[in-house]
Amino acid sequence: MRSEDIIRPENLVYKKTPLMTDNILSYCPGCGHGTAHRIIMETIDEMGLQENTIGVCPVGCSVLAYDFMNIDMQQAAHGRAPALATGIKRTWPHRLVFTYQGDGDLAAIGTNETIHACNRGENFTIIFINNGIYGMTGGQMAPTTLVGMKTSTSPYGRDVHRMGFPLKITELVAQLPGTWFVTRQAVHTPATVRKAKKAIRTAFEAQRDNKGGTTFIEIVSNCNSGWKMRPVESNKWMEENMFPFYPLGDIKVEGKLVK
Amino acid sequence: MGELRLMKGNEAIGEAAIRAGVDGYFGYPITPQSEIIEYLMAEKPHERTGMVVLQAESEVASINMVYGAAATGKKAMTTSSSPGVSLMMEGLSYCAGAEIPCVVVNVVRGGPGLGTIQPSQADYFQATKGGGHGDYRLIVLAPASVQEMSDFVKLAFHLAFKYRNPVMILSDGVIGQMMEKVELFEPIPRWTEEEITRLSPWATTGKTKNRERNIITSLDLDPARHEKHNIKLQEKYAKIVENEVLCEKINCDDAEYLIVAYGCSARIAQKTLDLARAKGIKLGLLRAITLWPFPTKPIQELLGHIKGILTCELSAGQMVEDVRLAVGNNIPVKHYGRMGGMLFTPDEILHVLEQKIIGG
Ligand SMILES: Cc1ncc(C[n+]2csc(CCOP(=O)(O)OP(=O)(O)O)c2C)c(N)n1
Ligand code: SF4
Repeated sequence: MRSEDIIRPENLVYKKTPLMTDNILSYCPGCGHGTAHRIIMETIDEMGLQENTIGVCPVGCSVLAYDFMNIDMQQAAHGRAPALATGIKRTWPHRLVFTYQGDGDLAAIGTNETIHACNRGENFTIIFINNGIYGMTGGQMAPTTLVGMKTSTSPYGRDVHRMGFPLKITELVAQLPGTWFVTRQAVHTPATVRKAKKAIRTAFEAQRDNKGGTTFIEIVSNCNSGWKMRPVESNKWMEENMFPFYPLGDIKVEGKLVK
Repeated sequence: MGELRLMKGNEAIGEAAIRAGVDGYFGYPITPQSEIIEYLMAEKPHERTGMVVLQAESEVASINMVYGAAATGKKAMTTSSSPGVSLMMEGLSYCAGAEIPCVVVNVVRGGPGLGTIQPSQADYFQATKGGGHGDYRLIVLAPASVQEMSDFVKLAFHLAFKYRNPVMILSDGVIGQMMEKVELFEPIPRWTEEEITRLSPWATTGKTKNRERNIITSLDLDPARHEKHNIKLQEKYAKIVENEVLCEKINCDDAEYLIVAYGCSARIAQKTLDLARAKGIKLGLLRAITLWPFPTKPIQELLGHIKGILTCELSAGQMVEDVRLAVGNNIPVKHYGRMGGMLFTPDEILHVLEQKIIGG
């Protein structure tokens, strides 16, 4: 069989979603951001919601997400995405609205906006990429940085006496009565990608059907550049070090804590 | 004739917001303007027009809620007072950079810091010269009556959408708190979805098949493109300077001396005109209505017969710098101000005029 035959539409089992543009991703090769983008866009496409979606990307490596996502998007100031999303969703209640935020963005400068949007039960979806570090600015310590983890501003490892403890913001928002679905996923293997995509679908459906609460998906991801590791090595490190502290799985389902 | 009511300045803002067809109000309480959100909540605008009113968790959040809603082509506004407006400066810089039409009301109180809850005009620099980062401008309107608190909400939205720019109504604790007769304008219906997509084709309303995706951003990492964007903004600001200056000239035709003032100071100074004329002093008043663009030309047009200018502001002297820029070194320009919530009286102004300008 010639390759031309294989790529005939009827033979294709997988293709790029038209909801991703052809622009070259600005993420480092091996980084989880690209995969996370793809499954969000695939889900919107499969749900037929392209015309109905408004995305918000704030500051961090994902600041240029609008270059890759073929939907209407707004770029927000560092940490403020949940406030923008509140403004959008409150005035366009029938649009699908999501934010796409890093851990520095969501759990440091934007803690206030995150907690209050979730506590009001704003009916939008927060997608939270937790790589335990500030990627974009060159690998500084984040609130989610693990104890002992070396970063450019914790060069001898995070020391809790001077730098405080890692913040499990996802467990925190799950406690709030305003959240409806809170889950922690990953995107580094085919199996985790499938689960993460299912979680996104659950969240978007809940939002569309107005189930009554914020939907929140943490994706534990790698930052091979910030962690100063090769991609494969970074995923292994993530499994061994991040997952024990940030265990994968649902935390709140249909408004009820399950963990 | 529209409906007449006796209202507080702050309430007039609230009523005007509903009548202007605002889709979303996002605010946080702070004296001396909390009556605005209180009025809005009590009026149930969600029942009257479908307008959303939300008490945000902070001013940082409220201006960003405005940013989000306004970027979708909706009419969105917030109101606050000085310390709260300081927190909004980040959001305003983003709105200016992304060319978002929105309205912010600052009912100014005394500063710096927590200062006082009493009236002041010490936020002039912040409103007209920046406050947030970058080369940007806000259109700044200064009401001097409860009537204008109402009218300027409508005007502010008109200008905001005409230029895709944030507009600030720079009021003060006196105008916000005092009660006066106000003639309310006829309600304007909120825009329909069809109207929004027609009037604001740039807005993020959801990408339809027949258009490219809309992106609202203030970011451009390409220096040449980013410079181009900034030049475009400056060209827009030049157009606003050319077309949108507003001021009121009272007894200026034969005036030999001039007071320049705005907001509550202009209200007080108006009385000084009578006191001066009774003494045979030909005194006129130029009341700035737009603080940016500043009424530079209208002041210059009077220079043929004016021998000296006194600016009266409730600050250490902020607008006086713009008057000096307009006038140059040709005639004396002096400032008289009170701070911390203290007001001046018409007599006091006349006394200072006689001392500093006429005798000086
Ligand atoms: C007000 C403000 N403070 C600081 C910055 C600089 N800054 C840009 S990205 C970033 C950290 C982003 O980290 P994270 O949200 O974890 O995203 P990542 O880059 O890791 O994907 C910081 C501090 C900024 N842009 N704005
Ligand atoms: S710096 Fe880290 S988070 Fe950012 S693109 Fe590179 S690997 Fe990904």
